[in-house]
Order: sequence, then C-alpha cells, then structure tokens
Amino acid sequence: MAATQVLSKDTSVPMKNELLAGRTRAAMIFLLPMMLALAIVAGWPLLRSIWFSFTDASLVHLYEAKFVGFKNYLNWIDLPSGKRVYTGVLVDKGWWNAVWNTLRFGTVSVVLETIFGLAVALVLNAEFKGRGIVRAAILVPWAIPTVVSAKMWAWMLNDQLGIVNDMLQRLGIITEKIAWAADANYSMAAVLMVDIWKTTPFMALLILAGLQMVPKDVYEAAEIDGVHPVKVFFKVTLPLIKPALMVAVIFRLMDAMRIFDLIYVLTPNSSQTKTMSVISRENLFDFDKFAYGSAESTLLFVFLLIMVTAYIKFAKVNLDGSTQ
Amino acid sequence: MANLVLKNVKKSFGSVNVIKGVDLEIKSGEFMVFVGPSGCGKSTLLRLIAGLEDITSGTLSFDGQVVNALAPSRRGIAMVFQSYALYPHMTVYENMAFGMQLSGGSKDDIKTRVEKAAALLQITPYLERLPKQLSGGQRQRVAIGRAIVRDPKVFLFDEPLSNLDAALRVATRLEIAKLHHSMNSVTMVYVTHDQVEAMTLADRICVLRDGLVEQVGTPLELYENPTNIFVAGFIGSPKMNFLEGKFAESYKAHTIGVRSEHMEFVKKGGWQGSVIHAEKMGSDTYSFVDVGSAEPIIIRETGTSRHDVNAKVSVAPMDGKVHRFAADGKAI
Ligand SMILES: Nc1ncnc2c1ncn2[C@@H]1O[C@H](COP(=O)(O)OP(=O)(O)OP(=O)(O)O)[C@@H](O)[C@H]1O
Ligand SMILES: [Mg+2]
Repeated sequence: MAATQVLSKDTSVPMKNELLAGRTRAAMIFLLPMMLALAIVAGWPLLRSIWFSFTDASLVHLYEAKFVGFKNYLNWIDLPSGKRVYTGVLVDKGWWNAVWNTLRFGTVSVVLETIFGLAVALVLNAEFKGRGIVRAAILVPWAIPTVVSAKMWAWMLNDQLGIVNDMLQRLGIITEKIAWAADANYSMAAVLMVDIWKTTPFMALLILAGLQMVPKDVYEAAEIDGVHPVKVFFKVTLPLIKPALMVAVIFRLMDAMRIFDLIYVLTPNSSQTKTMSVISRENLFDFDKFAYGSAESTLLFVFLLIMVTAYIKFAKVNLDGSTQ
Repeated sequence: MANLVLKNVKKSFGSVNVIKGVDLEIKSGEFMVFVGPSGCGKSTLLRLIAGLEDITSGTLSFDGQVVNALAPSRRGIAMVFQSYALYPHMTVYENMAFGMQLSGGSKDDIKTRVEKAAALLQITPYLERLPKQLSGGQRQRVAIGRAIVRDPKVFLFDEPLSNLDAALRVATRLEIAKLHHSMNSVTMVYVTHDQVEAMTLADRICVLRDGLVEQVGTPLELYENPTNIFVAGFIGSPKMNFLEGKFAESYKAHTIGVRSEHMEFVKKGGWQGSVIHAEKMGSDTYSFVDVGSAEPIIIRETGTSRHDVNAKVSVAPMDGKVHRFAADGKAI
C-alpha cells in the first residue's frame, strides 16, 4: 500500500509536471517576440505619456520635465479676493465637449455600422452569381487609407465645388449649397456618414465569418418547422452569431473611441466634431502644452480601459474562442 | 396518413440532371426505403418530397393533391437529418418545442407532447441539456423526437444512422422499427446506402441508380426476383456471384448470378477449382473458390468449413437458384 503510493508519487506527478512545463516553455518562446515588440512600440510610449502627464513638460523642454503631481488633471489657485479658481483637464470645458463628441460619435457610428454590417453580411451570405466579386468590391472603402478617403470626401462635400451639393441641387433636394464639413449643423453628420461608409464593410466581413459558421441544415430544420424567416433570424441566426457579433462590436467600439484621422482631415477645428484624440493632439503639438495633452491622452486610455472591461464583463464576450 | 405519388419527377441543378424521371407510389402507412450507391440522388429525391428543393418537372402529390408549390411546413412532414440539424443554442426541450411554440400551441399541450416523445425515446433525463452535451446517439434520438412532436403524416429520414457506431446503429434501427409499428398510420420514407438497413426496416424498397428507379418491391421480392443485374448485385450480402462466358452459356444467358448461400460443394460435376481463402465467422464460413471466372465464387456454409485453403473442390449452384441475365443486364 505504502509502496504503491510512493510509486505513484514518483512516476505520475513529475510526468504531468514535465508535460506542463514543456507546454509553458513552448508558449513562452512563441509569445516572447510579440511581448517584446508590444513593450517597445506600445508599452513604453504609453508609460512615457502617463509620466509626462504628471510633469510640466513642454515640447522644447521635454527632458527637463519636473514632476508636478496631479496639477495637469486638477489644480486650483486661491485669488487674493478669496475666490478659488480651478484649472486642469477635469474642469476644462473643451475637454468635456470632446468627451461628449467622442461618446456621441462612438455610439451612433457603432450602432449604425453594426446594423448596416449585419444587413450587408446577410445579403453576402446568400448564394448568387458573382458573390466573390461583390465580397471583394465591398471591401474597397475599408482598403483605402483613411486620410485619402477623408480628403476625397472633403472635396466631394465641399460647399462650392463639391459633387454632393451639385447632385442634390440638380435633384431639387436642396436649394442653397451647404458647407457639409464646415457648418456646425452638419459637420458631425458628415463625419458619421464617411465613417459608416468606410467601416461598414469591415463589420460586414466579421459578421459574415460568423454567419458562415451557422450550419445550413439548421435553417432547413427551421423551414420544416415552419418558422417565419424573421423569427428564424431573431431566434436562430442572431443567437448563433452573437459571439462573433460581440467581438466585432468591441473592435469597432475601441476604434471609434480613438477616432482621429478622419476628423483631423475632414473637419479640422470644428468644436462640433473635436474628439478626445483630436483635442489631446492639439494640446500636445499645436499649443505646446505637452504635459496637458499627455494628461488628456492618459484619460482617454483610462476611459477606453474601463469601457472595454465593462463591455467584456456585461456582454459576456468570450475572447478565448469558444462559442458558448 | 398520406399517400405519396411521384409522376415523372425530374430535378436538375443548372445543367446537371440529378433525378431523371421518377414514377413512384408510396402507400399510406408504408415504410419505404430508398437505397442506391453514393451520388445516385437518394437525398435529392427525399428533399424534393420534403420541399427543401424545387421540382424541375413532373408532379408530386400527397393524397391526390399536387404539392409541388407547397411550403415544407405545410406538407405535414417531419424530417430527420443525417447531421441531426439540432439548434445548437437551444436545450433538448426547446429544440423539440420550437416548431410548436411558434405555431401557437398551448404551453401545456406542448409540454405533454414533448414529454411523451422524450419518454418514448428515453431522453427524458437530457431535456435540459444542450445538444453539444449529448452523445451522437442521444442527439439522433432528440432529432427523431423533434420529428415525432410535429405529429407528421409523413416521416422523412436521410441516413439517420450513418454517424453512429455499429452497435448503436443496430439499437437505433430497432427503435425506428418500433416507432413505425407504434405509429402505423404514418408513412415513412427512409434513405440509406446500407442494404442491411434497407432489408430489415422496409415494407418496400426502391433501388435507385443514377437518378432513375431500378426496381421497387418488398425486400424478399428484390432478393428473390431482381429484375436486373444492378439490383441483383446491390441487394444481399455478400454480393451475388456473377459468371459470364462459358459458365453462362450452358444456361443460355449472357450472365448468370448465384447467391453465396445458393452455391454448394458437390462430389462430382459442377465447376472445378481451388479454395483460395476462407472467412470464418463462427456461425458461417465464406469460402472463396477460384474456378477460372473473372472473380472467385463465394460460397456460404453454415458452421465451420470442411475445406482447407488450396483444396481442390467442385462447386455447383443449387437447382432453380440461378438468376439469368441478358447482355443488357435485364433478367431473363
Ligand atoms: N445543390 C446541388 N447542386 C449541384 N449538384 C448537386 C446538389 N445537390 C446534389 N447534387 C448532385 O446530385 C447528385 C445526387 O446527390 P445526392 O445528395 O442526392 O446523392 P445521394 O444519393 O444522397 O448520395 P449519398 O449516399 O452520398 O448521400 C450528386 O451527383 C451531387 O453532386
Ligand atoms: Mg445523401
């Protein structure tokens, strides 16, 4: 009895550990280059900008920066009159305007892109002649660099020379030319439209991949069960593609909250569309308030972190690849 | 209860003709089995009956009413797929109840029907599980249960047992046979390429080849009176022995066929040859005898054989058990 126990301890336990150790080692070896690359290109800059946000750095005095604590985030001065004046990002009206712009943009664009993407994916999932070509063609907006397509749209939406105004006028939909990108009433709509035009294909392809995982015979079973196509969509298709949909939405959400290039090119200096990324870049480089801009980008990072964590937790997203 | 009639039914996918004109009557309450080699169009024919594919030409009628354009759900059918086709995100109970819930059955009614079907198929303990938490055999029973719950007039099965292992296949075959007896007014159409399944389950078998019906009849009719070489070779295991040339000439045929159980070892006369191999199954022995024909003749003996490998033997067909075929393959 005792002998067998000793034996089992001697043989089985180390063998299992050896296996585990081997696997862990292999995993480490494969992961190491990526971790290293991430640390250099993402980790280090991130830590640097967090550090700068706690200093009085400016573009010309980057290396003489001194630690100032939370002053960039929130600070106050007591005036001789006895009045206390607050400064810092957290009480900056421009910053909060950018936060709301970002939230508005993110929510509207992701919701619309998901709906349109789903619709496009459902169409592309049907069998028809030339499906391969259509699938490739639909990716074109996504393949064009954003700066290029933003500039292209800026020209098309131009109030004097743009083709959009020209067409709308010829069709009799508008009488006066509209400065889509510059007019405060329309600039957010213009940005949203271009972003949806550009990103819907990306959503569609991610959702299409999920749709193609749904076995065809399930639809046939539903057909025999006599389930109405609309019901099939909500009761069968949607639950089955939900994992893919959730992952697609989180990718888009992160991307949308960081939006910069499109707005920078299409509607520069519009307070209607200025987002967190745009305003922090402005402070970092245009206004020579490097530390202040760093504080803003740090807040953006924290904001994204909270949002993504909450999303994963509440939407029960499975990032480990299993379906349920 | 439904009587199915197919009149010159054809189906083509683009320019490919898959079903090339099938005339067939499936009687009410009958267990009809479609057999045939892979790719002959069995599944396609079944899916035409189900309404999952459109009929290119010809008519399909249920009880005298043409249903070519009727939606699958309105034909009074239920189908069991080879791949089970369960809804992966629904529990066993929900899978079975889904169709009824949407057609507006009362909750209690649905519950009693699902529970009755579950009891019949012995899947009651699994009602709250997801399909992925079940074994293949259990999933197949859920699929059958879902079909039963629909209370169909016609049951359609597309190779329901092909994903199961041998033992489970025999057990589930029995379940299906019992099901047929207990629901004797329900017409069943069953697709398989396994002729043992066909022989054991069918009231009548329809042998298909290349989109056409070769022969329709009871299992024994097909076994005893195949109308052509194809059916003769397809039904029965091991395959019927076929001999041509000088062997067939004395019977005034192009080809003759003799089943292994209708061959015997004889003292004198018959065909001379030597035993090249013997398969000893315990209950039977199959001896392979080379008599100079294209393929060795298989001879079945009950029990163990008295003939060793390489032994010189004479074999002959039993009286009246020789099938004769003309050059075009038709039985004479
Ligand atoms: N949707 C389709 N498009 C084109 N050809 C098809 C389609 N479905 C089936 N076929 C063709 O029709 C023929 C018959 O197919 P079917 O699935 O009915 O064969 P089967 O008898 O069920 O074979 P198996 O025993 O292998 O299941 C095959 O040659 C197949 O390639
Ligand atoms: Mg098939």
